[in-house]
Amino acid sequence: MVDSVSAPFPWTPDMPIVQLIDIRKSFGALQVLKGISFDVKKGEVVCIIGPSGSGKSTLIRCVNALVPLDSGTIRVEGIEVTDPKLDKLALRRKVGMVFQQYNLFPHKTALQNLMMAPLHVLGQDRQEVETRARALLQKVRLSGKEDSYPGELSGGQQQRVAIARSLAMRPDIMLFDEVTAALDPEMVKEVLVTIRELAEEGMTCLLVTHEMNFARDVADHIYFMDHGVIVEHGPPRTFFGAPRDERTRHFLSQVL
Amino acid sequence: MTTPRKPQAPLPVLLPFEIRRTRYAPGPAGTGPRRPRLLLAAAAGGALLAAGAAWAQAGGGKLPPLEVVLKWSPLLLKGFVFNVLISLIAMLLGTAAGLGLGLGLLSRNRGLHRLAWVLTQFFRNAPWLVLLFFIMFLVPYQVMILGVTVPLPDWAKATVGFALPVMANVAEIVRGAVLSVPVTQWEAAESLAFTPRQTLWRIILPQCVKRMTPPWMNLYALVTMATVQASIVGVSEMLTLTGEVHSAEGSRPELFAPLYGFALLCFFLYCYPIDRFTARLERRFQLH
Repeated sequence: MVDSVSAPFPWTPDMPIVQLIDIRKSFGALQVLKGISFDVKKGEVVCIIGPSGSGKSTLIRCVNALVPLDSGTIRVEGIEVTDPKLDKLALRRKVGMVFQQYNLFPHKTALQNLMMAPLHVLGQDRQEVETRARALLQKVRLSGKEDSYPGELSGGQQQRVAIARSLAMRPDIMLFDEVTAALDPEMVKEVLVTIRELAEEGMTCLLVTHEMNFARDVADHIYFMDHGVIVEHGPPRTFFGAPRDERTRHFLSQVL
Repeated sequence: MTTPRKPQAPLPVLLPFEIRRTRYAPGPAGTGPRRPRLLLAAAAGGALLAAGAAWAQAGGGKLPPLEVVLKWSPLLLKGFVFNVLISLIAMLLGTAAGLGLGLGLLSRNRGLHRLAWVLTQFFRNAPWLVLLFFIMFLVPYQVMILGVTVPLPDWAKATVGFALPVMANVAEIVRGAVLSVPVTQWEAAESLAFTPRQTLWRIILPQCVKRMTPPWMNLYALVTMATVQASIVGVSEMLTLTGEVHSAEGSRPELFAPLYGFALLCFFLYCYPIDRFTARLERRFQLH
């Protein structure tokens, strides 16, 4: 039954949870995405890799409508992201996002950062939200930091708070936009461990990353982008083991 | 064409006097002079010096200048309290209106944005005194609201006159502060499903309070000092009263410096701590 403008057909968990169909995007004269299509299944971990400026971040930002598309279609659990009458609240409840620069709210404590959206956007019960927020901080190994302000936390700790903050909205899909790129090397690991645990729990994850080892170990599928197109894709074993395209081989020889 | 004219009436100027050289006693070795204290002492000293010099010239039979100041000080201080009151109310009104105007400047609605922009530019770039004249002479001294006559005393009109430039300046402070919050904060909030309005009120503006406080307090000090302009339009604030006291004491020239020096001192003692506190806040916020 069609009961919502945003869901023209019912979505069932056996269908792709995210569908990208020929998406295109330009910034002025610069064409950043030149027709990208792929599906993400529920519970899958998908890594998008590629040189800087290849359009990876723009691609991932299109999925939760932070960046509007020029053409093409994106569906998230059947919600048409490109629908002009898109219910953004419905979309963003399902899709969590973590940024390179953490982007925590600096005037709120770690716990408050987690509680704000469930309280004020979803209007959930404060007691329940707080219990869940404390549990999430424990899950990302930050018990005891509830009352710390972001400025008092290390980069790795801030990024884990940011992950927990997204999880507090109970999303079905998590987007990670180069979340370890701004971190000191010794803090990269603690963040990757957190993401790996999420993936092992069955969270659908879409990552833009430069961490090749992480992609090889954790990803179900890898997409290699260059100049706004997908050059090559496949499961990590074949992608890293036997890359076919010259550009892929060149890129991998530089980063591995 | 014109020959320099001689003054028709004796102007209230000080007679020539000599300042004797005094030895400056250095402080205890090792402790540098604390600048704020030194400045305060210098200001107070300056006022006393002027008063003392004038006193020395006072003729016999009349009250010495410092006693005149003392005699009138309750009235003059009452006038000063009035200045402070005008400045506080003007700041309150101006801040409330300025917050709205500043949000108008940030509005995505083009009409609203244009209107806010024109108002802000107009009131920011008009001399405060001209605005004051406009309000004083354009607004009637009383209005009828639903058959009730509401008087509009001069001081109330003057307060509104000061609130207008405050509004425009606060609007710019608000706009600047909101724009100084990184755009990534908006993105983070957006991806957590906050609406733009919720983002503004719950996430952006709370972060702006800290950024806005120092320029806002600077503005307040300026408003306080500007309130003496109300004397020109006849409001009985401190400067007006000082002039009247001077007349009442026969406009003796030697009273000029002590009386107006007293007014200067009052404003200085009120505004200087605000200035220091603002500077300290600015330093602290730079660290965080």
